[in-house]
Amino acid sequence: MAFSSFSEFLAMGGYGFYVWLAYGVSLLSVIFLIIDTVYRRKKIFNQVEQRLQREQRIKAAENKKGTL
Amino acid sequence: MWKWLHPYAKSEKSYALSGKLMPWFLVTAVITFVVGMVWGLAFAPADYQQGDSFRIIYIHVPAAMMAMAAYSTMAIAAFIALVWQIRLAEMTVAATAPIGAVYTFIALFTGAAWGKPMWGAWWVWDARLTSELILLFVYLGIIALYNAFSDKVLAGRAASILTLVGVINLPIIHFSVVWWNTLHQGATITKFDKPSMDTAMLYPLLIMIISFAAFLGFMSLYRFRNEILHRESHRPWVISLVQQSSTQINKRG
Repeated sequence: MAFSSFSEFLAMGGYGFYVWLAYGVSLLSVIFLIIDTVYRRKKIFNQVEQRLQREQRIKAAENKKGTL
Repeated sequence: MWKWLHPYAKSEKSYALSGKLMPWFLVTAVITFVVGMVWGLAFAPADYQQGDSFRIIYIHVPAAMMAMAAYSTMAIAAFIALVWQIRLAEMTVAATAPIGAVYTFIALFTGAAWGKPMWGAWWVWDARLTSELILLFVYLGIIALYNAFSDKVLAGRAASILTLVGVINLPIIHFSVVWWNTLHQGATITKFDKPSMDTAMLYPLLIMIISFAAFLGFMSLYRFRNEILHRESHRPWVISLVQQSSTQINKRG
């Protein structure tokens, strides 16, 4: 262990602000990347599903027309 | 001889293979991340000159290295895409660019947060820093160009060409610390000599490099699959995939 206490660990020998700023912003940008990636997949699935439903509705409407 | 490779030019096969590989990359990334972070932040000894501020190295160097590795991957894929007209290679370029951009941003930002206490400035217009900033702009340019076309065949080709043009920046970044007098220090690991770093500091760094590499692999596969789904959304196999997932959600609800 390079540190003897947790508060010493947080202080990072006086460089705490810079070290945790670097780590914090890096973590945030990676989390942003993950959210964007997962969100894109969901969006594609939703779009395809909506298109399929619309196609079904159109088909159903056409069938109705045919019976009149 | 290479016939076994042919089916993987089909997007459906590539989609399935990527899905199988993803968990391995993710597990590797998470384990090495936890080990590397605990070791680097808490157990590695403080630097005799820089004190504990040197601990920024454990994200700064892996991010910078993998930002360049991501670009090399994209360049090879772009070459394949342009020469052999393989659409999956274009998708690799588009899938990897945002990850490379985030890694480059991390390298630049952590460098600034390290430079302030050590050099006394957040930013200097020095060869290494400037060429790295250009890398970020090239990444953003590739992403913007790819998104600028609604015709994805055209978009893929344009992005591939820009990727190949931007390759010129890679050797400039790597050798910038040799060719010019810069504030940035020279290479510590990527040189022919022995690494000029004590093993107690070096091992966690190598572990973190593996972590960033594995995460890059995981994320590129994930985004590569997104690209395939997006481009092939009218194909029957994607439609049946979507129908399967929606019935699963309905069952759960």
